[in-house]
Amino acid sequence: MDVLYFAWVRERIGAPKDKIETNAATVTELVDELRAREPRYEAAFADLSALRVAVDQELSDFDAPLAGVREVAFFPPMTGG
Amino acid sequence: MRVAVQSDSFDFASEAAAFAQDLDGAGAVVTFTGIVRDVSGGLEAMEIEHYPGMTQSALTAIAEEAIERWSLADALVIHRHGRLAVGEQIMMVATAAPHRGDAFEAAEFLMDYLKSRAPFWKKEITRDGAEWVEAREDDETALNRWK
Repeated sequence: MDVLYFAWVRERIGAPKDKIETNAATVTELVDELRAREPRYEAAFADLSALRVAVDQELSDFDAPLAGVREVAFFPPMTGG
Repeated sequence: MRVAVQSDSFDFASEAAAFAQDLDGAGAVVTFTGIVRDVSGGLEAMEIEHYPGMTQSALTAIAEEAIERWSLADALVIHRHGRLAVGEQIMMVATAAPHRGDAFEAAEFLMDYLKSRAPFWKKEITRDGAEWVEAREDDETALNRWK
């Protein structure tokens, strides 16, 4: 699965993307796995209320299931316009 | 409908003129253009990051919803990314409807959704450093009126 990071999430993790083998059933479980990796991940995911998630390029929720999903992206609230 | 995500600048006048051509049954065209402004002084540039795989489809979905909801004759969304200087155009929307009320309302809807549902992130580059623009709570509450 491709895991993408944008804006300050990308900066805190220090990479735009990870390729991850995971059995996580939901986005939240994936976040828990990432946080356990290294302090920089822990720092990026410390406050989930400050984050948004897209699953296969559609805005989604942290309790969304990951079965069959190819791409998950984490980012702060969007500031377009 | 046209949705463009690009780093290049665009010519507002020719985009508006092209949009207003051959509109079927429209009596009103509304356009909005967003410009990089120096709010606090010392802004050198705005850097706009986006999610390439998602941006086009997210903008298209928002534009399609506006067209359906206000029975628009047409809609246009252009949004830039990359490094933009103060005074440069960031984005524009245009809507065409039989009557102006629908055209104005649809343009506001598009703007409200672009602000907080399109995958763009703005970073302000100043002499003292760089800082991500935080989403405003106002922008989130602005969406509620469209529900």
